[in-house]
Order: sequence, then structure tokens, then C-alpha cells
Amino acid sequence: MDYFLQQLINGVTLGSIYGLIAIGYTMVYGIIGMINFAHGDIFMIGSFIALIMIVALGITAATPLLLLIAALVLVLVIAMALTAFWGWTVERIAYRPLRGSFRLAPLITAIGASIALQNFVQISQGARNKPLQPLVQGGFQLTDGGADGSGFVVQLSYMQILIIVSTVVLMLGFTFLINHTSLGRSQRACEQDRKMAALVGVNVDRTISLTFVMGAALAAVAGLMFLMYYGVVDFFIGFVAGVKAFTAAVLGGIGSLPGAMLGGLLIGLIETFWSGYFSVEYKDVAAFSILAIVLIFMPEGLLGKPEVEKV
Amino acid sequence: MQAVKKPSLLESSLKDAAGGALVTLALAAVMIGMKVDVASGRGAELFIEYRWFAVAMAVVVVFAGRLVMNLFFWRTDNSVAAAVSGLMPKSKAGSGLGAALKPLLLIVAIALPFALMFWLGARGSRQYIDLAILVTTYVMLGWGLNIVVGLAGLLDLGYVAFYAVGAYSYALLAQYFGFSFWICLPLAGILAAFWGIILGFPVLRLRGDYLAIVTLAFGEIIRVVLLNWYEFTGGPDGISGIPRPTFFGLEFTRGEGGFADFFGLDYSSIHRIIFLYYLILIMALMTNFVTMRLRRMPIGRAWEALREDEIACRSLGINTTNTKLTAFALGAMFGGFAGSFFATRQGFISPESFTFIESAVILAIVVLGGLGSQIGVVIASIFMIGGFEFFREFEEYRMLVFGLLMVVIMVWKPRGLVSTRAPSVSLSKSAKGISADLVQEGHG
Amino acid sequence: MTQWNDNPVLTVEHLTMRFGGLTAIDNLSFNVGRGDITALIGPNGAGKTTVFNCTTGFYKPTEGRLVMRRTNGEKYLLERMPDFKISAHAKVARTFQNIRLFGGMTILENLMVAQHNPLMVASNWTIGGLLGLGGYRHANVDAIEKAKYWLDKTGLIDRADLPAAELPYGDQRRLEIARAMCTGPELLCLDEPAAGLNPKESLELNELLMYIRKEHDTSVLLIEHDMSVVMEISDHVVVLDYGVKISDGTPEEVKNDPHVIAAYLGVDDDEVDQIEEEVGL
Repeated sequence: MDYFLQQLINGVTLGSIYGLIAIGYTMVYGIIGMINFAHGDIFMIGSFIALIMIVALGITAATPLLLLIAALVLVLVIAMALTAFWGWTVERIAYRPLRGSFRLAPLITAIGASIALQNFVQISQGARNKPLQPLVQGGFQLTDGGADGSGFVVQLSYMQILIIVSTVVLMLGFTFLINHTSLGRSQRACEQDRKMAALVGVNVDRTISLTFVMGAALAAVAGLMFLMYYGVVDFFIGFVAGVKAFTAAVLGGIGSLPGAMLGGLLIGLIETFWSGYFSVEYKDVAAFSILAIVLIFMPEGLLGKPEVEKV
Repeated sequence: MQAVKKPSLLESSLKDAAGGALVTLALAAVMIGMKVDVASGRGAELFIEYRWFAVAMAVVVVFAGRLVMNLFFWRTDNSVAAAVSGLMPKSKAGSGLGAALKPLLLIVAIALPFALMFWLGARGSRQYIDLAILVTTYVMLGWGLNIVVGLAGLLDLGYVAFYAVGAYSYALLAQYFGFSFWICLPLAGILAAFWGIILGFPVLRLRGDYLAIVTLAFGEIIRVVLLNWYEFTGGPDGISGIPRPTFFGLEFTRGEGGFADFFGLDYSSIHRIIFLYYLILIMALMTNFVTMRLRRMPIGRAWEALREDEIACRSLGINTTNTKLTAFALGAMFGGFAGSFFATRQGFISPESFTFIESAVILAIVVLGGLGSQIGVVIASIFMIGGFEFFREFEEYRMLVFGLLMVVIMVWKPRGLVSTRAPSVSLSKSAKGISADLVQEGHG
Repeated sequence: MTQWNDNPVLTVEHLTMRFGGLTAIDNLSFNVGRGDITALIGPNGAGKTTVFNCTTGFYKPTEGRLVMRRTNGEKYLLERMPDFKISAHAKVARTFQNIRLFGGMTILENLMVAQHNPLMVASNWTIGGLLGLGGYRHANVDAIEKAKYWLDKTGLIDRADLPAAELPYGDQRRLEIARAMCTGPELLCLDEPAAGLNPKESLELNELLMYIRKEHDTSVLLIEHDMSVVMEISDHVVVLDYGVKISDGTPEEVKNDPHVIAAYLGVDDDEVDQIEEEVGL
């Protein structure tokens, strides 16, 4: 039972990170109907920018708490801003010229952009792993492992709390943004019918750009969390995290924000439970198999709208 | 009334270039300008290496590049741009060129090893024949995938799985049962086709990008299984010592009973390379032959009709499930053939050769070549794989350039290099190609 | 005593189709007579296309039976068959309200695709054809001849090698009919074949349908708004409103049915009763 609880906590943490990346996929897919294959690499770049800023600002675990918080907020803001810029640029160069063109073309440019970004980072930042000493240490012990110390000690670290709480806050803010602001309204309009939205005066290009910017900013948050949670990044983390997050977006129902979060949580849980109880090696197989099964029996995902076949 | 002053070309170009330079500065400042690295000798501490000069270079290059492009290409409809596009073959001339191109390419392909041997000698030509083998392998893979993506319009991002199935089928059959290449080749194809059907069956209900992501997932699953099933597949160590193919039972070995000995030639390792080249060339041409023939048959027309409109197909009594499955199975079969060739050529395989990036490259070849176009696949393979290998000296930058090129070519020609579709049957002799704008890309 | 009840090619019995809470068709029964041109009419949203989609297997009806009786005596329960088998075995072909041609394929190719099933048999399910065995070559030539016949009938023969998407609207409608006819149907379902046609094209369509009925042993069921087509050529008219049959008879009978007038002119239900009283029903 204790072991189960620990896996649950770990799974929710991992799922939060996947969920944040998945939002970027789901929004872009919702609005222009393409898989933004480069989004995983945008997440990776966000992670790198955060790492560089942390090292440049000299933040360590020894930094006094208040200063540490302030510095981390600063790192987060810079990472979000710069990563958003990367997201914007990718959209501008690789996707916008192909708007309204044939469906496979942006998929290929997306794969191209993904390859280019990965290798750009490999060249500019080196191929080696970059290990970061933990910045936020400690946590709560939820169980003490029994009187004889033979039980399992369940840990809920401050880092995990930080990740889960900020994910929840971001999600709430984001849901508000989509449902109650004019930007959100433009986005939903573009999702429904881009031509019609343009006719009634929505600046479609700007709305799409902003979608990429927001997705990239959230990916940067996920990047920082990933970095602090796992303490290591390299240029290849984007691919696996990206595929998982896309899986999460599809699982939850593509185009749906709560769906992306739910899908992220599920993928995170499946992965940790599978690794915890069965085998670590096959955790990806488990995640992908679940994806295939869900899609085959429920093609619209868990929270997506069913697509009616028009005859 | 004051006339609205239109900004001059130079002014607007400068503005645009300055904008581009600013964006570059923002992007590069951290990711290029500050390199985070692990300090050696001081534990695992990280430090930053500042490289402002590189940032400045990037900014200057982008500024100059955009300025030049703006002044001479993008914003003018004059001189340079017109002159350049004047040099390009027009679409009409293009089809005439295409008709002449095919036999020409075939002759070049057949004569290639001998021409290379003649010019460069056995030692010098080896690397080029090797490259030709690689390019031809991708041509074959591209043609195989073209059945699935180009004709049937089913987006498959996990094609490399069948390549892997083919390669491992041969390697394992040879390892456990000692079967020879010629027995394994058809078996590998059949096994790959079988996997194509197994994987195809559940995903048939899916459309578009869902199909893409599930095929990607299947590709990854197969790779992960190959990687972790250590007892059976050797895991990350792969399988080595895969037997080489024989020429009707003659091995390419030195000494008695070998190929060279039988034909009274001096032994040279180039013989096997040339043999492998012709082997893959014949296999690729077979793929093309079968595909072209199928296009003129009901099944091929049904594939293309499926790409155009699935609902109409069903209303005409076409069993779309079977039609999709045959496309999957056939595409997979050719992938399997190519895979067993890969195994016998390398003599060693490991899951590392079958990553997602391979699927992406094969798909890129098909899309860049022009969906459904057989000759397009050839051109794209030569250009992408051949060109790519020539950049070997710039090892580091190779993949970066490769990715960027994928973006640039696609933006330049979204429908691929050869985008007209030739009708499969016609009443008049002079039936024209069909413009790509009319051809659907499929929804499945 | 009417012909369509004596010798129906299609019998629709108690057909009901619900989408969630919406009942698109409610307990609908009617017959399509063999050799007749039957028109299914009704205001927009009356459920006409839904009847077609149930007949051709694109929707599975919630309740009810659809019996297709072929000339050779075979009977098919359409509600139990997948869509492609309805075309292949029960010999029901259809066209679509929003034309569904294979736009990137030539006109001739469109008609060749329609002959998929016989050609598959002739090519021994591809294997014989691939190896050059069997009568595939011959069957292929026959298929082209059949396509030419229909191209000739629809006046498209000169443009056989053009992509279908390049045809003007009216020609696309005719091509869709030609394509459906290439499957050799015994019942042809046409979804608004005259929509968007000019009067001349409309007239040509009438002739084409009369010809099909006369020469090819094919019964026609059509949905149409254009009354000039309906009244001119149909033998039997079924009127739907809100998924319910409100009238069924010869064009003459239907034309004078107060329910039909009410449905088309938008009269309230109680007024219908009033009108009924007035005309003495």
C-alpha cells in the first residue's frame, strides 16, 4: 500500500510535466490541425535555457530561501520568454508559409524543424549530459516505514509539491484565459472555422502565433520542472518527452485542455506504475499500447468531441 | 493632399533584415552565446562558456542573408528572380524531360559500378558504390512506403518497423536455423507483410494524424522490444556474423570455390560490393515494376480512389478494409525485403538502425519526391541521402543542415519535386498529367 | 392497387433512426416499385438523406427492416449488411448530395474504379493480373468499353482523360450517375441529382433517367427538390416531413394532398385539420 502511494505521487508528478507539454500539442492541433513535431524540442530548449540561467545566476541549494525563490521566478520568466520566442520563430519559418497548403507538408517541415533544433542544440551546447545539483531538497515523510523499519518510507518531496501546485495554478490560469478573454475567444473561433473567423475580423495569423507562443511558454515551465526534478538534461530529451506528451494529448482528446492534463496524468501514472510493478524497460511499450488501445476503441480520446462521419 | 510615401525597396529590406537580426539576437544570445558545460576535474560542477563572437556572427549572417534575399528575390518580380526561374524547366518541358529521364537514370544505374571502376579503380570506387547501395536501398524503401502513403493515402510514421522485421527475420532465421539469404529473403518479406497486417488491422479505423501517431507508436514498440528481449535478439548488442549472400551458391571468398575462382577472376573484395549493388538495384526495380503494374489494376485504382474519397469507395462496393490492408501488407513486404538486404549487407544489425528518424527520413523522401511519384522518390533519395553523405566531412553539421533543408524544400515546393499524377488508363495517347492541386492527399 | 405494392424492388418497413435524442426518421414504411422512378421529397431536414444512408448502409437503422429484392429472386436485408456489400451484392448504387468524385483521377478512371469488383475477380484477386494470367486483359478492355458506353450516354466521352475535379458542376453530377451505373445496379439512389443544374441540364437529366429506367432494368429512387423533375418523370412520390411519411402516391395524388401543401407552405398542424375538413378528407 505504501509502495502504491509512493508510485501514485511519482506518477502524478511526472504526469504534470507531460500534461504541461501536452497542452502545447493540443492547442496547436486544435487550431491548425497539425502535429507540431518540434514541440518536444521546444521543451528541450526551454529546459536548456533554464539550466543556463540557473548556472549563470549562480543559484545553488545553498542560496537563502527567499533569494532562491526570487531567482527561480526570474529564471522561469526568462526561460518562458525566450522559449516562447523560439516557438514563435519555428511557426513563422516552418509552418506559416505552408498555411492552407497540403496537409503533409507542415508535418514534414515539423519533423525537419525537430531534427534541426536537436542538432542545433547538440552543436551549440554539446552532446554531453548536463547534471544539475538539486536545488530544492527535502520533503515530507508520509509514513515512517513501521516500528521495525521494514516498511516502505513514502516521500513527498518539496520539489514534487512545487511541480504539482504550479501545474494546477497554471492550468487554472490557462483555462480562464481560454474561456474568458478575447484572445481565448479568437482561438476558439479559429478552431471552429478559420476562414469564417478571418471574415469577422479575427487576426488569424496573430492568433495562431500566440497559440505557439503560449504552448512554448508552458513547455518552458515543463522544461524547468523536468530539469529540477530529474537534475539532468541533454539534447535528446525532447523526442521521448514529446512523443509521450503527444500521446497524452491524444489520449485525453485532442483539442481539449482538461483532456491534455488528464491524458498527461494517465500517461505519467501508467508509466510509473508499470515501471514500479512490472518492468522499467517496457514502460514505453505500456504507454504506447494504452494509446493504441484507447484510440482504436475511442478514437476521439477520453474528453474529445466525437467526430461524426458526414456522408 | 499628401501622397502616401511608399517606402523604397532598400528601406523596407533594411527594416526586414534588421528585424530578422534582432530575432536572431534574441534566439542566439542564450543558446549560442552561453554554453553550459561540465567542468572537468571539479566534480560535476557546471560553468558557462561565453561566446559572444559566435552570436555576433549569427546576427550578421542573418542580417546580410535577409537583406540580399529581400533585395534580389523576395520583394522583386524582376531580373534576378525571373532569370533564375527562367532557367528552371517549365512544367510542360518537365514532363518531356521526365520521359527522357527515366531510361537515362536506368542506364546510369546499370552502368554505374563499371564506370566507377573504370575511372577510379577498385579501391577508389568502393566508397561510391557503397553510397550507391545506400541510396538504392532508400529508393526501394521510398517506393515501398509510396504504396502506403502516396497511393493509398495512409500516413505511416512507423515504416521502419517493417524494415526492422525484415532485417531481424533474416538475421534470426540464419542464426537459429542456418537458412541462407535466398531462402530468408521471401520469408522476411512474408513475415513483414504479416506484421503489416497485424499492425494494420487495429489502426484501420483511425484517420489522419491519429493513424500517424499510432504507427509511430508501433514502430517504437517494435524497437523497444528488440532492444530489451535480450535472450532472443541480443538486445542493444544486436546480432553479428549474419551470413553474406551467395551468387547462386558461390561465396565471395578468396580461394577455391569462391566467386572469383569460379569465373577465373583475381579475387577482389569489390566483387561482393558490386554484387550487392546489383542485388539491391534488381530488388528496387522489382518493387517499382510491381507498383506500376498494380496501379493499372483494380487494386491500385482502389488505393488511389481511397486516397481521394473513402466514402465514395464504399458506395461503389469496394471493401476499404481489405484495400487498406493490402496496401499496408505490400508496403511492409517491400520494407521487409529491403530489411533483409540491409542485414546481409551490414553483417551486423542492432535496434539502433531502426529509430524513428529512419521512418522520418523515408517519409521525407516520399513527400519531397512528390506523393505517389516513383521518379520523385529516386530524385529525392539521390539528393537527400547522396547529398547528405557527401557532407560527411562536416559530420557535426550534417543533421542540422539535413533538418533545415527539409524545411526549406518543403516551403519551396509543398507538393514535392514531381507533383503531377499520371493517369493509370486513358483513351487518347496524349493524356496529360494531373495537377497536384486536384489530387487529394488522403485522410487515413 | 398500385404497381409498387405488387412488385416492390425495395421495401422499407417501420424504419426508425435516432441520433441521440433526435429522431430523424420515425416508423417509416414505403415501397419502391420495380422499374419505377420513385421520388422521395420533403422540406429540408425531413430525413430524406437519412433514408438513403440507411438504405446504402452508411447508417445502421435503430429499428426497422429494408428488404431489397433482386430480379434474380435473391432477397437482401440491407440493415444487416455493411455498406460496400450493399453495393456489391444487393446491387444498390447511390450518388451524394455533395458530389463525391475522385477529383484527382480522370473521368475514365472514376468509371474504372466503379467496376472494381468484377475486375478483381477477373484478375484473380490481383495475383493473376500481376502475372499476366487469366482473362484480366480482356476484362479490362470490356471495362473500358462499358465506361465508354456510359461516357457516351452522359456526353462526357470527349473529356474522358480530364481529371474529374476540372469538370463543371452539372457534368460532375452526370459523371456521378455514370459512375454509379458502372456498378451495374438494380436500384439507383440519387441524392438531389438536379441541384444546381440549369433548366437545360435538368431536362437532359430527365432524359438520362428515363433512358436508364427503360434500357437497363434499373429502378430509380431519387431525392429531389426540383418539382419539374419530380412531377415530370416519377411514377411514385413519397413525401416526408420531420421523419414521418405524410403522403404516398402518384405525382397527381401527392400534388393535391393537403398535408403536402401544408408541409411545404408551413401551415400549423391544427390548420392542417382545418384544411382537411375543407377539402373533405
